[in-house]
Amino acid sequence: MTDPILETRNLSKEFKGFSAVSDLNLRVERGHIHALIGPNGAGKTTVFNLLTKFLTPTTGTILFNGIDITREQPADIALRGVIRSFQISAVFPGLSPLENVRLALQRATRTSYQFWKSERCLDRLEDRAMELLESVGLGELSGGISGELAYGRKRALELATTLALEPELMLLDEPTQGMGAEDVDRIAALVKKAAAGRTILMVEHNLKVVETLADRITVLQRGAILAEGSYAAVSQDPRVLEAYMGGAHA
Amino acid sequence: MNRFLWLALIALGLAAPFVVYPVFMMKLLCFALFAMAFNLLLGYTGLLSFGHAAFFGGASYVTGYLVKTSGLTPELGVLGGTLFAALLGYLVGSLAIRRQGIYFAMVTLALAQIVYFVALKATFTGGEDGLQGIPRGLLFGLIDLNRHYTVGGGPLGLNLYYFIFVLFCLGFWIIHRTIHSPFGQVLKAIRENEPRAISLGYKVERFKLMAFVLSSALAGMAGSMKSLVFQLASLTDVSWHTSGEVVLMTLLGGVGTVLGPLAGAFTVVTLQSKLSSVGPWITVIIGGIFVICVLVFRRGFVGELGRLLRRPL
Repeated sequence: MTDPILETRNLSKEFKGFSAVSDLNLRVERGHIHALIGPNGAGKTTVFNLLTKFLTPTTGTILFNGIDITREQPADIALRGVIRSFQISAVFPGLSPLENVRLALQRATRTSYQFWKSERCLDRLEDRAMELLESVGLGELSGGISGELAYGRKRALELATTLALEPELMLLDEPTQGMGAEDVDRIAALVKKAAAGRTILMVEHNLKVVETLADRITVLQRGAILAEGSYAAVSQDPRVLEAYMGGAHA
Repeated sequence: MNRFLWLALIALGLAAPFVVYPVFMMKLLCFALFAMAFNLLLGYTGLLSFGHAAFFGGASYVTGYLVKTSGLTPELGVLGGTLFAALLGYLVGSLAIRRQGIYFAMVTLALAQIVYFVALKATFTGGEDGLQGIPRGLLFGLIDLNRHYTVGGGPLGLNLYYFIFVLFCLGFWIIHRTIHSPFGQVLKAIRENEPRAISLGYKVERFKLMAFVLSSALAGMAGSMKSLVFQLASLTDVSWHTSGEVVLMTLLGGVGTVLGPLAGAFTVVTLQSKLSSVGPWITVIIGGIFVICVLVFRRGFVGELGRLLRRPL
């Protein structure tokens, strides 16, 4: 009945004696929007870095579609269809939004090592790139400099770039962090739209966003799972209330 | 850049030996190509190599040896020097790209010092004397590169000049094409945001290594050209001063611009030549100019100009 796309078994990461993630058994169901929440320092970003191989786990295994990917390089994970975003916006600031998205589309063309070809051979990717930019509301800004975009727009651009790779699993590290209410709603809607036909695992602080989007929630505390379930179940859990709300009724 | 500017530059290059002393002009072209090759790495990939003299000088020794001792024709000498630099670039690059930032620079410097030491101690390099009296020979076994034509009352070595100019244009074209290729796009992505490039599935080590090999091969080609022009391969070519000079040229002209290194190399080489009468003080003068330029034109001459015109140059 269950069909996990991503699974970790006894995943641990220690930094010089400090255990950032310990014995994590996480299961992400195919087609879900799965949210990872928890107080600051709970190890959410570390988990992300472990899953995408930007960090090497101390012990444990990571399975993607049942295949052990624990020993693979970051770029290999990406080639399998696991694409991540970063906590701070990850665009190529000096390039235009169009070039940002085109770079993602370029990967599938197998031209990336061809230094003797003109970049005009990439022109045929531009229609698709524009389509993606329009889908996140950046159609009119395609020619500017990405680094000069407003923060919320950078996140939208990042999403368009990620979507260009047609990922099977998207890992979003705090997609709405540091945004005004207006932008939060827009990004949440974009994430919802992007989730069609794929799986999303996201770290998110904004509980309203989590409530509207997430099918399943995992609460982390000190690198271990504190609670798991639907928003309704988790938000009623007394342990979660105490840990996450910072002892609101103390 | 538009076609008109390109044609104007080529026309200038073709006419230059009739106006400027050809050997001086050829020196400019060699160092300009060297700086542009270096800029491919610093400006378009974001890697600061502090050992590029190893490729420039190493190739100049190899070309000198091939032409002088093995008696090969000059174009084969240049080809041999370039291939040697590419191979050396592959070795140095494979080790250096495992580290980033200042550590990358230090690894390249250390390996370049090994090359310097080999050039000093090995017998085929001529030690302290270097390789002197390298013959220019017959291009393709047919065209005498030493031949001088009498133009306007003075002899001009046009054969050699145009050979060097064609090589320069070839190198320029390869660099320009690389920057504006699908590969160049990925290099810019790595320069702009390496973790993001990785997360899109690009194996950045391979791209960096390939850029390193291209850059060192072209730096080597510049060194090979230089050894034919001056008929000399010396320890200066492989010394860390030369590695530093190319950094200076690139920064003065503008990192990450196509024409910046060209302008920077022209400026530095011209200053060195015009101020050669002041003796050791030249270092102080060039140093002073460098400090002022870095403070006033942070993007280099061409970089600032491009900013004013709001277009990449």
